[in-house]
Amino acid sequence: MIMPVILWTDALVFLLTLVVVVFVFYARSKPHIRAPWQRVFRGRVAAASAVVLLAFVLVGLLDSLHFRLPLEGNGHNGEIHYSVDVLSVFDVLVGPLRSQEEKTYSAPFATHLFAKESVEHADGSKTREFPPLAHAGRHLQKSSTVKHVDILQRSLASLFEALLTGALMLWLLSGVLARRAARSTRDMLREILLQRTVIPWRTILATLTLLLLLVFLSINLASVYHVLGTDKVGQDVYYLSLKSIRTGLLIGTLTTLVMLPFAIFMGIVAGYARGWIDDVVQYIYTTLNSIPHVLLIAASILMLQVYIANHPELFETTVERSDIRLLFLCIILGITSWTGLCRLLRGESLKLREAEYIQAAVSFGVAHTRIITRHILPNVMHIVLITVVLDFSGLVLAEAVLSYVGVGVDPTMNSWGNMINGARLEMAREPVVWWSLLSAFLFMFTLVLAANLFSDAVRDAFDPRTRER
Amino acid sequence: MFAYIIRRIAYAIPILIGVNILTFYLFFVVNSPDDMARLHLGMKHVTPEAIEKWKASHGYDKPLLLNKQAEGVEQLTDTIFFEKSVRLFAFDFGYSDDGRDISYDISQRMLPSLAIAIPALIIGLMVNITFAMLMAFFRGTYVDVSGVILCVVLMSISGMFYIIGGQYLLAKVFRLMPISGFAAGIDTIKFIILPVLIGVVSGIGSGSRWYRTFFLEEAGKDYIRTARAKGLSESLVLFRHILRNALIPIVTGVVVILPLLFMGSLLTESFFSIPGLGSYTIDAINKQDFAVVRAMVFLGTVLYIVGLILVDITYTIVDPRVRLS
Repeated sequence: MIMPVILWTDALVFLLTLVVVVFVFYARSKPHIRAPWQRVFRGRVAAASAVVLLAFVLVGLLDSLHFRLPLEGNGHNGEIHYSVDVLSVFDVLVGPLRSQEEKTYSAPFATHLFAKESVEHADGSKTREFPPLAHAGRHLQKSSTVKHVDILQRSLASLFEALLTGALMLWLLSGVLARRAARSTRDMLREILLQRTVIPWRTILATLTLLLLLVFLSINLASVYHVLGTDKVGQDVYYLSLKSIRTGLLIGTLTTLVMLPFAIFMGIVAGYARGWIDDVVQYIYTTLNSIPHVLLIAASILMLQVYIANHPELFETTVERSDIRLLFLCIILGITSWTGLCRLLRGESLKLREAEYIQAAVSFGVAHTRIITRHILPNVMHIVLITVVLDFSGLVLAEAVLSYVGVGVDPTMNSWGNMINGARLEMAREPVVWWSLLSAFLFMFTLVLAANLFSDAVRDAFDPRTRER
Repeated sequence: MFAYIIRRIAYAIPILIGVNILTFYLFFVVNSPDDMARLHLGMKHVTPEAIEKWKASHGYDKPLLLNKQAEGVEQLTDTIFFEKSVRLFAFDFGYSDDGRDISYDISQRMLPSLAIAIPALIIGLMVNITFAMLMAFFRGTYVDVSGVILCVVLMSISGMFYIIGGQYLLAKVFRLMPISGFAAGIDTIKFIILPVLIGVVSGIGSGSRWYRTFFLEEAGKDYIRTARAKGLSESLVLFRHILRNALIPIVTGVVVILPLLFMGSLLTESFFSIPGLGSYTIDAINKQDFAVVRAMVFLGTVLYIVGLILVDITYTIVDPRVRLS
C-alpha cells in the first residue's frame, strides 16, 4: 500500500481549489458577478492566456498529490517501512523522465555526454571520447535511422496526433454548443471557425491544440531524448522545469491566500470605524511597509533557518522540511504585500461609508458587522480581485530573485529560482551550457506573460473606471 | 511648511521604534542568541563553553531586556536590547561578525551603489517618458497597441534574464565591456555602462506602461479639450500641457525612491560584483551576519521614511494646488 502524504501546502492548495470551485458555482447563479467574467473571456488574448494558465494549474495540482511508496523486503512483524522519497501523481505520469539520469551535462537532443571521459574498449585500449548517454537515443543504435530524421518523424507524428485531437475537440464542441442553442452542428461549426461566437472558441481551441502538440511532443520525444538537456548532476532539465511549476504557482497563490483575510479585515475596519482603530491600522501598515521587503524577508528566513537547524527532529523527510519553508516564505511574502491592498481597501471604505445606501442602513439600525459583510465587502471585492491577479506575476518573478539571494525556497526544492541560481555560472563555461537557464526563463516567462495578459483583462473588466471609458 | 516637516519627522519616530522592536523580536526572541551561536559554530563544536565564548565575543552575553545584576540605569542599558537595538537610533551599527565597523563599511559602499543607481534612474526616466509619450501620442493606433504588448512582454521577462543575457551577449560574445567588477576614478565608466544599460532596459516595460496611463489620464481632461478647441497643434498640446501635468505623478514617484538609491540594487550589484550596499547585504545574508542585516533593515527604513517626507514637500513645490495641512 502506498502512504498518502498531505503536506501543508498541499492542504492549502486543495482548500484554495475548493474555494474557487465553490465560487464558480455561486457566481453562475448571480448575473452581476457573471457579467464581468463573461467580459473577461470574450477577449481573445485573455481566453488564450486563461487556457495556458489552466494547463499550468493542472500540472501544479497533479504535482500536489503526494505519497510515499513502501520499501520492499521489510514487511516482517506486519510493519511496513516507507521510502523517504515523497512522490507525486505527476511523477508517476511522467514516469521515465524522473528516473532517467545521466552522469552530468548533456545538450538538448544529444546522444552523447557533454564532457569527455576515458572509455575502455573491448581490446583493452583507452581513449578520451564523449560517452553515449544512458537514456537518450538508445533506440537509434538498434535501427539505422539518423537522429535528425528520427526527430522529424516523431515531431510530425505528434503534429498529426495533435491536429487529430484538435479536430475531434472542435467537432465535439460544436455538437454540444449546437444542442444547447438548438441549431445544427454544421452551422455551429462554421460559426466557431469564423470566430462569430460570443466566447472566442476558435482561439481557445487553437491554444488547446498547441498545448496538445506540446504534450504529444513530450510523449514522443521526451521518452527517448533529453529534450532540454540534462543538468550538472544529470537530471533531465525538462522534468525539473515542469516540477518547478508547482512552486511558482504556490508562491503566487498561497501568498495571496495568506494575506487576504488580514488585508480585507483590517482595511475595511479601519476605513469604516475610523478614529483610533484607523490610526492603529495605519501605524501597523506604515511600519511594515517602511522596512525594505527583501530585507524583512531575508531577516525572517534567516531566523527560520536557525530554527530549522536547531529542531531537525520535527521534520520526517527533506520534502516536509522544504515544504514548511515554502509555506513560511508565502506567509512572509504575504505579510510584506498585504499593506498595499489594505491601504486601497481603507480608502474605498472611507468613501463607501458616506454613501447614501450605507447611511440608510445605519439609520435603519442595521448592525455594523452586517453593514460590513452585506454592503461594504461586496462593493470592494473588485479591488481585491484586481490586486490578487495583478500581484500573481510579480510574486512568481520574486521567487527567482529571492532564491538567488539565498532567502527563497529550500535549495533542495525544484524551483525556477534554484535552477537559475545553480546554472548561472554555467554561462562562463566554454562551450556554454545554456539550456538549464534558458528553460527556467522560458517556463517562467510563459507563466508570467499569460498571467499578465489575463490580469490586464480582469482589471479592464472589473475596474469601474476603465469601464466608463 | 517648517512646522509640517517637524511634525512629519516626529511621526516617523514611532514607526522607527516599531521597526526596531520588530527586528529585535525577530533576531533575539524568536531565536535566542544560543541558537545563533550554535548555527555559527556548526554542529561539531557545540559545547556550552564554546557557546558562551561566542556570545561574549559578539556581545550577546547580556540579558535581553532587564539586567538584574546591574545597578540603577545600567539595569536598562546593560542589555542586548539597549546595546543592539537602541543604539541604532544614533546610527551606531556596531561591528559585523568578522569584526569590521559596519558604519565605516556602509559609508565606503554608498558611492559605488550611487554610481550605478543614479545614471540608471536618470536615463531610465528619460527613456520611459519618451516611450510613454510616443504611445500616448499615437493612442488607439497600431503603434500604441503594439507598444503596450511589447511592454507586457518586456515586463514578463525576469530581471535576472536581462542581467545574464546582457552579460553573455555584450560582454562575453561581443567583448564590448568587462563582464563584472568595479574600479575607482575614470575607469568607473567602463564598468558601469553595462549595469546601467541593463537597469534601464529591464525597467522599460513596466515604466513606460505605467507612465502611459498618466499621459492618457491627462489627455482625457477638459483643459486638453479646450486647448485642442483653441486650435493648438497636437504636439504643442502634448509637450506644453499634457507632459507638464503628467510629470507631477512621475516626479513624486521618483522622489520617493531617491533616498533608497543609497541601498543599491541587490541583483545588479551581486551579478556585476560591485562593492556597493546591495552586494554588502547579499554577502551578509549568505554569511548569516545578523548584525549587518539588522543595520541594513534600520537604514532602509530610515531612508524610506525620508523618501515619504520628501514626496510631501515635492508635491507642494510641483503642484501648487496641494496645501499641506
